[in-house]
Amino acid sequence: MKSWLKLTGVFLLLYTHTGGLLFDVPRLSILNETIRALYFHVPMWFGMVFLYCISIYYAIRYLKNPTEDHDVRSVEFAHVGTAFGILGILTGMLWANYTWGSPWHGDPKQNGAAITLLVYLAYFVLRGSLENQEQRARLSAVYNIFAFAAMIPLIFIIPRLQSSMHPGSGGNPGFNIYDLHSSMRIVFYPAIVGWLLIGYWISTLRIRIRILQNKTIES
Amino acid sequence: MNNLLVLLRKEFTLELRRQSVISGIALYLFSLVFICYLTFNLRSNAINQATWSALFWLVILFSAVNSVAKSFIGEKPGTFIYLYMTTDAHSIIISRIVYNFLLCAVLSLAGYGLFVLFMNDPVLDHPVFLAGLFLTSLGFASSLCLISGIAAKARNSTVVMAVLSFPVIIGILLMAIRITNNALDGLESAASKDEILNLLGINLISGALAYLLFPYIWRS
Repeated sequence: MKSWLKLTGVFLLLYTHTGGLLFDVPRLSILNETIRALYFHVPMWFGMVFLYCISIYYAIRYLKNPTEDHDVRSVEFAHVGTAFGILGILTGMLWANYTWGSPWHGDPKQNGAAITLLVYLAYFVLRGSLENQEQRARLSAVYNIFAFAAMIPLIFIIPRLQSSMHPGSGGNPGFNIYDLHSSMRIVFYPAIVGWLLIGYWISTLRIRIRILQNKTIES
Repeated sequence: MNNLLVLLRKEFTLELRRQSVISGIALYLFSLVFICYLTFNLRSNAINQATWSALFWLVILFSAVNSVAKSFIGEKPGTFIYLYMTTDAHSIIISRIVYNFLLCAVLSLAGYGLFVLFMNDPVLDHPVFLAGLFLTSLGFASSLCLISGIAAKARNSTVVMAVLSFPVIIGILLMAIRITNNALDGLESAASKDEILNLLGINLISGALAYLLFPYIWRS
């Protein structure tokens, strides 16, 4: 990954952390200062979906052209995506604890996100239980596609149909009224880009480690 | 198309001949319903609607997962090689899905009948309820068939089957439970329209995925 992208990612995250905590934010009822969690919680989910998209892209490429490289990329992007997802749920629970009253509120989006993480954790269980390397790569690529297709209705469609406390579903106003306030936009958009770049960087590092591990095992 | 019909006929004749599997599932279903009856009817009128709905779907879910799991997992390797040489992967997965859909549908109807027999029938809107039953059976059949195909190659396949199938089923089950609750409350049919459309959508997606991805599973 190009060095300037890495440096940009680091700089953007430093900016997010300092600016996110120090700049002014609009005061809304119930949320008050906790709205700063927006800079950390929401980019986790964007990062997770972005990394899962890349993972399924390499899974499809593996099925069309079975090389070990595609398989390694598919797995490692899924790994980091799942890590982002777990962080997203943890930050969400922390945020919910102070605004909704309890960490786990039974909100449909929370439940949908938890089930998505279960689906991808089952993906790793599947990989662990298959021994033949070619079979493992092929079957886990198939399940990856299936898991992604299961994620879309769970996170995006079903929560919007039900009444939920998340903004943007069930009659709550969307996030537009929050980040229409430009003081939030100047930190929010760079935060998203920063987290995505860092997530991509971590994945590329893991891919390189995995490829080297496979080479030493084979030789 | 010919292949499909032949395969379908083969599935039915094999299942009816090897009666142990079907009778095993029927016995499992009956025992579950009977245990529910004994537990809840010792005190009269102990079942409210939410309990009925929850029990019903628990029984149907476990019976369906158990019966569809046997679809690929119990097969001997010789059968696979024979099928691989004679037909193509698409016919196999479609015939399996159709057979399992009919099996799940019969299972659900039988379960519903047993529930009505032992506990009262709180369903007020039958067409919506039955539509929900059939769509859920189709959803179970298509997604569980694909998962069963994947899990069959794994080492401890029953555990992997349970782990893989649970999250996928949740989406389908959520819609089914909401439709059932609407039917029990006696709301008009249009109230369940969203959920039925959603179920149809999920069925289409899982059916299409099963059709497209099964040849890759089949290769080894």
